[in-house]
Formats: sequence, structure tokens, C-alpha cells
Amino acid sequence: MEKLNPEIKNQIENELLGTVGRRYRQETFWVFFLGAICIGGTVAWIIQLRKGLGVTAMRDYVSWGLYISLLFFFVGVSLIGALVSCVLRMSGAKWRYPLIRIAEAVTLSAIFFAGFMPVLDMGRPERLYFLITHGRIQSPILWDVIAIATYFIGSLIYFYLPLIPDLAIMRDKLTDAPKWRKKLWRWLAMGWEDNLLQRRLLKKAMLILCIVILPVAISVHTISAWLIAFTLRPGWNSTIMGPYFVFGALMAGTAIMILIIAKLRHGYRLEHYLTPKHFNNLAKILLALTAFYLYLNINKYGVPAYKMAKEERAVLEDLFYGKNAFFFWFTQIAGLVLPIIILSFKRFRQSIKWVVAASVMVLLGALINRYLIVVPNMLHPFVPIQHAQHGYATYNPTLIEWTITASSLAGFVLLIILLFKPFPVITMWEVTEEVEKRGEKEIGVENIITLQNIPTHAS
Amino acid sequence: MACGNNCTCNRNESGNQDNSRRDFLLKGLMGGIGAAFLSGCSGNTGSKSESGDKVNVLTHDGKLVAVDKSQVANFKPHISEEDVRKGIPGKKFVMVIDLAKCDGCGKCTKACNKMHYLPSNKEWIEVLEMQDSPEVSPYYFVKPCMHCDNPPCTKVCPVDATFKREDGIVAIDTDRCIGCRFCMAACPYSVRLFNWTEPVKPNIIETTPAAENVFQSKKGCVEKCDFCPHMAREGKLPACVTGCPMNAIWFGDANEDAVTCYDGTTAKLSQLLEDGGAYRFLEELGTEPRVYYLPPANRTYDAKEIKIEKEGK
Ligand code: SF4
Ligand code: SF4
Repeated sequence: MEKLNPEIKNQIENELLGTVGRRYRQETFWVFFLGAICIGGTVAWIIQLRKGLGVTAMRDYVSWGLYISLLFFFVGVSLIGALVSCVLRMSGAKWRYPLIRIAEAVTLSAIFFAGFMPVLDMGRPERLYFLITHGRIQSPILWDVIAIATYFIGSLIYFYLPLIPDLAIMRDKLTDAPKWRKKLWRWLAMGWEDNLLQRRLLKKAMLILCIVILPVAISVHTISAWLIAFTLRPGWNSTIMGPYFVFGALMAGTAIMILIIAKLRHGYRLEHYLTPKHFNNLAKILLALTAFYLYLNINKYGVPAYKMAKEERAVLEDLFYGKNAFFFWFTQIAGLVLPIIILSFKRFRQSIKWVVAASVMVLLGALINRYLIVVPNMLHPFVPIQHAQHGYATYNPTLIEWTITASSLAGFVLLIILLFKPFPVITMWEVTEEVEKRGEKEIGVENIITLQNIPTHAS
Repeated sequence: MACGNNCTCNRNESGNQDNSRRDFLLKGLMGGIGAAFLSGCSGNTGSKSESGDKVNVLTHDGKLVAVDKSQVANFKPHISEEDVRKGIPGKKFVMVIDLAKCDGCGKCTKACNKMHYLPSNKEWIEVLEMQDSPEVSPYYFVKPCMHCDNPPCTKVCPVDATFKREDGIVAIDTDRCIGCRFCMAACPYSVRLFNWTEPVKPNIIETTPAAENVFQSKKGCVEKCDFCPHMAREGKLPACVTGCPMNAIWFGDANEDAVTCYDGTTAKLSQLLEDGGAYRFLEELGTEPRVYYLPPANRTYDAKEIKIEKEGK
């Protein structure tokens, strides 16, 4: 493919830069809405800090609840960055280019909240620094702290590196921006001139990072899984936890990714960049992951269910036909089987609506599944629960807990939106470069080089 | 059981095994303290009014002397943070619970709660009703912390707030605990409790580091049965042992191979375990508990009256 007409390139860049700093009515609404939830959550957290964790429904039997479930969820979702930037890269999927920045933004936001959840759950958050001053490296919590911090920094760099050329474009193009912004862009672009040497170095750096970050990403979630797999409790005491968490996480992350690009596609008018091809391909990945996750579930629940060993029996009975049966079967059927069926049909995979619907189901299932991993097991310890005080032998999260949970999820989405605001959501330089090299089809973009098709931004 | 000062004062004292064990312990303790006291301030005799009560103390060169009680009464050995983390030297505490004798009265729990200023809704030592299978008869099961030798709880603590001491005790430093509750998830015996809200503080002054405090409850920190190390340092028995009128709980030192129960009877640990067919709870988990159980054979109470609470009620 010959070089892109500079005018067209210019046009593409202008279009993609169009989202920077622009206000969208719907988006503003969401920012305020999510922000309000976050404020509510902060108030709830202050109450919790002052009165102690007694304001939650956690008690001595269910000593971990929604917060730790959410921790697992967030750590899981954060794997999507590694999936898109590393796994897809290694498998040579060129259509990943328009998705990279979105995936990294989701990762950054998720890992930030993953680091935050344990603090919410701590009885003594003011002693957090003890982890450094008195840290005991034998404890998986320390590993988790190290892994999350490493992954956060790695993801930050991975977010930043492909941003450099784009920042340079912004520096050169958006000349009417406020002074401080221009200064910031200039500083962040680190003197990018877009020459061959710089490009080569940048690509090399990205390749190295991509190789390094994959094991880190997997270790982050495996360690989270070990937090429960390292205990002796029935249901948790299992070697499947690491892979079970990792693949469940990739699945949830892919579902979130689909939902976000579906929203961005229309919200930011990126129909030409986020195309049915992306949905179709992500849907295939989601199909593979849900199918594999179903297989893992059969192993995780089916194997002990065949044996019905004494300790596991109570947990399994609770899940299969006890108090949590509805949730359990929901996660299995609505969260796995139905999406698998939907996504198996090409016709449905090619319809964005169906893919989104399947993703919503998968995501809901994944969220509930995290809860099911944590709570029911705690209610069935080795020693029978007897003479429990009121509220000790059950777990019904309180309003405070729900508020904090909701606001963490809201904060997660809000942070993603805020990360999209100052930069173009599509990596401009990579996309144009790859379109030049391989053509639109392989990258998955549509009609961006046909001038007349470029829509003008109507705000 | 001896003083906490690493002396062997009561090791070779023979003959009076039948005497009250506690008296015997007291003597040992005084021995240690007295030795330290006499060697430290031998010139001070007579500065206090004599009570006339004499106690036997062992000097560091091995002589047994009788001194007035008032001279040793105020001596409190200073216990450092390090001592508390190390434990009482030369000791290996064990507990033996005789399920045949326990009639479920719950006095151990009451005594424990009194000792540690716990409200009635907290139980460091729990009395459960157990029935292993429908056909076998139920029994009462007393469950303190097992002070495991391979403790899953201390392994996972990120800040070394809960730790295994050399004397076998698994202790908690509530000045260190960050409240992550990982140890609670890890303990297979559901022993650990958490202070979900601000506990009511008793009006006492603690002089030891946190891990040996009598009152251990602190908001946002875990707590559990601590084998009463403050009592052990004074050569005394834990509150539950002295609170169990059925003589169901024995406590002692595995190094000495001796355990003592409520009425002061001292038995040979190995003999007791052998004769009673002792076992440890959930042995298959490999936690190596320091608490042994004697099976509920030939019970001293009517087992049929025990009602088992259904789970999750
Ligand atoms: S019984 Fe539980 S709390 Fe006690 S030492 Fe064992 S694992 Fe730790
Ligand atoms: S709750 Fe406290 S004692 Fe338990 S693991 Fe966490 S820091 Fe350690």
C-alpha cells in the first residue's frame, strides 16, 4: 500500500483528536452521575472508618465479603490490557491497534481500584505502611502488593509509550489549546520528532515491555487466587484456583472491553475505527474464553461433587440447591451457557447488539461468581457454626457496603472516562502507520481513507 | 510449670507431687524472682515492714532460703517486646481436653471472658455440641485456639502481627495487626475473632507488650485464645483450667511432661495421652495442634440430653 495522502492523514488525525477535551452531553451526564455515586461512597467510607467495619455485614464467620470479591473482580479485569497488548500482539492480530489504548485505560483503572479494595477492607487502614516497615515476604499479601504495584507501573508505562507520538501530534496540531496544556504535551512528548530511529526505539521498548508484562499480569491474578487457595477451607483448598481466576478474569475483561467499545463507538463517533470486525473478533475470543471457563467450572465443581467429601458437601449443597443456588445457576447458565450458545452463531457474532448482550450476561455472571467464590465457602467452615449471634451466620451486605461497592464500580468507570478525556482514544500514529502498511481491512477500520466518508463532528 | 525466668528451680524438687500443684508452682516462681531480687539488692533488707509470711526462694548459687514475702511482692520482671515474641524460655505449653468429663456447663468460657474482659458475645473458648454421625451419641466439644505447631494463620500474616513463639503459643500483637483478616480465613478451626467495632475498655493498666496483655481487644484487630501467657509467666494456670470444675481441661508443659487440672492434680502428659487414647482435632490438616483431646468415652453425664444445633440456624 502506498503512503497515505498527507491530507487524508491530516484528516484522520483531526478526526481522532476531535474527542480530546470535547464535551459530550451524555458523557457529562455520566461523569456527574458516577461522580455523585463516588461522593456517596466516600461518605460511606468515612462512616466506616469512624465506626469500624461493624457497619458492614461481615462478621467472624464471613470475615471477607463484597470488598474482597470486588478485589478479585478488579484484579481480573485488569488482565485485559495484557490480553490485548501482549497476547494479541504475539498472535499477530493486526486488528488490535485501534483497541490498545482503550484496553490499557481499562487496565489502569482496574488495577488502581484493585489496589484500593484491600485498603477499604482493612480493619486498620492507618497501619497500611506496616506492610513496608514490618512486611513479611512469606505472606501472599505481600506478593500481591508487590505484584499489583509492579503491574500498575508497568501498565502506566505501557499506556504512556504509545502515547508519545500522539502527544507530539497534539503538541504540533492543537496550537490553540491553553498554554499549560501545550507545555504539558511538549514535556510529555519528550522531543518526539517522528524519525526512524525514534520509531525503532519506541517499538523495541514496547516489545520488551510486552514480554515483561505478561508474566506480571498473570502473576497478579494468580496471587490473588492464592489468597484463598492457600487456606485449608473446604472449597478454597484447591489447586485449580490460579487458572480458574486467570481465565475467568480474561473472560470478564473481554466482556468489559466489548461493552466499552460499543459505548465509545457511538458516543465518540468512532464507527469507522471500532467496527463490526472488532466486535466479531472479540466475540470469538469471548466465545473461546467462556467455553474454556465452563470447562474449568465443570472441573472445579464437578469433581468434588462426584466425590461429595464431607467437608465440601455443605458448600456444594449450598450452591447446587441451597441458599445460593439461584446465583450459582445464574452464573453457569446465564453467565456461561447462554453466551456460549449466542456467540456460537456467526449471525449473532456479527451483530453488535447480540455481542453486547452476551457480554452483559458474561459480565454479570463474572461479578456474581466472584461473590460465590468468596462468601458461601466462609459460611461452611470445618467447625460447625453454633450458637451464632444474630447476623453472624449469614451475610446480607449493609447499605454502607453496597454504597461503597457501587461507588468503587462507578469510580472504575469514571476513571476510564477521565483517562479517555485528555488523549485520543485511538492510537493515531500506529493506526495510520498500519493502515499504510497493511490496508484498512486487516486493522479493522473502515472507510477512513475515503475523504468524503469522514463525518464532521456535530456536537 | 515454673517461673518465667529460665531457672530450673523446681526441676529436681521431689517428693511432694501430691501436694497442690499451684503451691508448688508459686514456690518455683518465687524462686526465680527471689534469686533476681536477692542478687540485685541484697542490702535493702528491712526497708519494708515485715509481714511475717516467709517464702522459699532459690538463690542463683542453688541455695534454698526463706525470706519474707513482702520483699518479693513488688518485684515485676520487666518483659520486653522481644521476650514476648520469643515466649517463655524452655517451655512448650500443651493443653489436654477430656471430652468424657466436659458436661457443657460453659464455666471455662465464663472464666476466660472474665480474665480477658470479654463481653458475653465473644468466646475465645467455645463449647460446641458435636455429633460425628447420626448413630453415635453426641458430646460437648471444647474449642480453644489449638496453638498449632504448623499454624496456617501465622504463615499468611503480612506484618508478623500473629506469630508462633518458642513456647508453643501463637500470639497476636494488636499494636501491629492491620486487620486484613487473612489469618481468620486461614484458620481452619474458626478460632479467630475480629473487633468489628470499638470494644469496651476495662479500667486496667497493662504493663506488658500488647501480645501478652490481659485485655487484647482493639478495634480493627483480631484476637483469640492466647493460652494466658501472663498467667504462665507467673507460673499459674490459664483461666479456663482453673474455671473448669469438671477437671476436663489440663494444661502444662510438654518439656516437663506434666499437665495440671482444676483440682491441682498433676499428671504425666505422655501417660495421660496414652491411657486416654488422645487425638488431635482435624489432625489430617497437618496443622499440628498443641491441644489434645481425650475421646468422650464413659461420659460422666447423660449424652442424650445434648441437642445439636442445626447449621445456619
Ligand atoms: S487454631 Fe487457628 S488461630 Fe489457633 S494456631 Fe491454629 S490456625 Fe492459628
Ligand atoms: S488480621 Fe492482623 S494478625 Fe491477622 S493476618 Fe492480618 S495483620 Fe496478621
